[in-house]
Amino acid sequence: MATEARRIVIEPVTRVEGHGKVTILLDEQGRVSQARLHIVEFRGFERFIQGRPFWELPVAVQRLCGICPVSHHLCAAKAVDRIVGGEQLTPTAEKMRRLMHYGQFFQSHALHFFHLASPDLLFGFGSDVGQRHVLGVAAKHPELAKQGILMRKYGQEIIKATAGKKVHGTGAIPGGINKNLSLAERDALLADLPQMREWALAAVKIAREYTLAHLELLGGFGSFPSNHVTLVRKDGAMDLYDGELRAVDAEGRVIFDHVDPQRYLDYIAEDVRPWSYMKFPFIRSLGPDRGWYRVGPLSRVSACDFIDTPLAETERQEFKKLSGGKPSAVTMAYHWARMIELLHSIEKIDQLLHDGDLQGTELVVKGQRRGEAVAIVEAPRGTLFHHYRVDQNDQVTMANLIVSTTSNNEPMNRAVEGVARQFLDGQEITEGLLNHIEVAIRAYDPCLSCATHALGKMPLVAELVDAGGTVVHRRERA
Amino acid sequence: MTARALVYGYGNPGRLDDGLGPALVRELAARGLGAEADLETAYQLQVEDAALVGGHELVIFADAAAAGPEPFELRPLEPRGRPEFSTHSLAPGAVLALAREHFGGPAQAFVLGLRGYEFDDYGERLSPGARRNLAAAADHVCRLLCDGRLAAEAQAGPGGEAHVRP
Repeated sequence: MATEARRIVIEPVTRVEGHGKVTILLDEQGRVSQARLHIVEFRGFERFIQGRPFWELPVAVQRLCGICPVSHHLCAAKAVDRIVGGEQLTPTAEKMRRLMHYGQFFQSHALHFFHLASPDLLFGFGSDVGQRHVLGVAAKHPELAKQGILMRKYGQEIIKATAGKKVHGTGAIPGGINKNLSLAERDALLADLPQMREWALAAVKIAREYTLAHLELLGGFGSFPSNHVTLVRKDGAMDLYDGELRAVDAEGRVIFDHVDPQRYLDYIAEDVRPWSYMKFPFIRSLGPDRGWYRVGPLSRVSACDFIDTPLAETERQEFKKLSGGKPSAVTMAYHWARMIELLHSIEKIDQLLHDGDLQGTELVVKGQRRGEAVAIVEAPRGTLFHHYRVDQNDQVTMANLIVSTTSNNEPMNRAVEGVARQFLDGQEITEGLLNHIEVAIRAYDPCLSCATHALGKMPLVAELVDAGGTVVHRRERA
Repeated sequence: MTARALVYGYGNPGRLDDGLGPALVRELAARGLGAEADLETAYQLQVEDAALVGGHELVIFADAAAAGPEPFELRPLEPRGRPEFSTHSLAPGAVLALAREHFGGPAQAFVLGLRGYEFDDYGERLSPGARRNLAAAADHVCRLLCDGRLAAEAQAGPGGEAHVRP
């Protein structure tokens, strides 16, 4: 396919001074014409890893993120498996990696729900800014706050037992894994498992009851029908670690299904826009205007045929009833879907910890060397693509990464725009409007990935820009 | 709770000067300060850090500063929460508040902002200015911890605050 080189000039208004920036553009009549979310996300990383030996990739790519490095670790490892011809892992290696992955989901989803989303759900979107954060939850609901900390800690212990370290581990290696799970490690994790399952069930209940009780509000809050992309197993089950690509439309009709990850470029393309460093992926057959899609918990729970663990499957069926069997259009339903996956993860952890293959000793395989590989995993925030080419000297010559936040770029912009249209009153970004915008963004929990977090950077800046390009109001989250 | 101090350096060493916090901890370890204080690094702060922080009597959170005094600023840290829009960021004041709420400590906490200059690219290196600031901060922290002067300075600073800007 011929490609045309395009020089992308980023307008000064997109300069991100905090971790994120929202620009609300007004038309001549002072109405919202467009809203744009700018996030300091990864750019240049693909260049950074070019020239490195491919076997370093599973460790090197973790530089992208301190929250979900396991997703990058495992996705790169799966790609490197193909490069060394070792994609058919031993049972011990695959199950150790899956245990690592479910531990990652468990800690990440718990962190999101208890410490990012719960202030909105417990106190309301318009509540006092002085309590609308993790410390407010700790003060008013100390048991919930502590559960969140201990659930995250449990997931981190699983990661440590499988990857060697809680952050930036080294467990997955080309063609396998570098350790099995000792009986002592298994027994320590089993001891806390019943408590974790109980807390996960309680968390799903909170999310479900909140969603059902506020359907009228949430149905109009940054919500819209969309396409969805996810991995599924060959039999259509949810599979977070491996599988084939599926895309469905807003009615649940299949756009493509059972696509081999190696062929993702035949189905997914990336658009660029002059006002953003982030790309805008889309389903190639539908084009950039109609082909944008969502990924993550909402898409996975909506688009899979079933979940292969009983408690989570019961919840999935309840979830699907809400939208008449179609994919959910409710952005805030991400939280309920996320908790269904939290429950699924602890059920999977339970199954794996009782599987004797984790104590096996056949850890690594090798096969026919390849020069190119694609791998896809479902990361906590959505589908993650890694694509590499390597040369005869084993050096990386090309890398293309599509992270979940990039796939959710268009949906996040639409959610922010919808909220701005609904809640902007006059020519001022009020505290209430800023928080409603944040509520919509929090549903997706965008990955700031390799973004820097230095002192002096604000979490979020919002600007109101009139039709002439003048900033008429600005509010910062200090 | 241990009476030992903790120096907790955080940041992304793959993003140039954002790695100043972990670089400080490495420098202190190289100077043998591990005998005087616990030294830990992280990519970014998270809620479970409350347990680690809460287990110490005195904690210094060391991070790169995108703005502010050169070569560094050391000041007392107050517990404080704020709304975030992503789990990918947590302020040190929030970790301190959670630590005191759930884990009983620390009695004293400081934030050390090491001034950095280059943040917008990839690379496991520090800018020349950041390296100079790192050396000055390491000298200062060594003196304070080795002499046991940090707590005393916190008490004696103007208005009860210890803004140290060498």
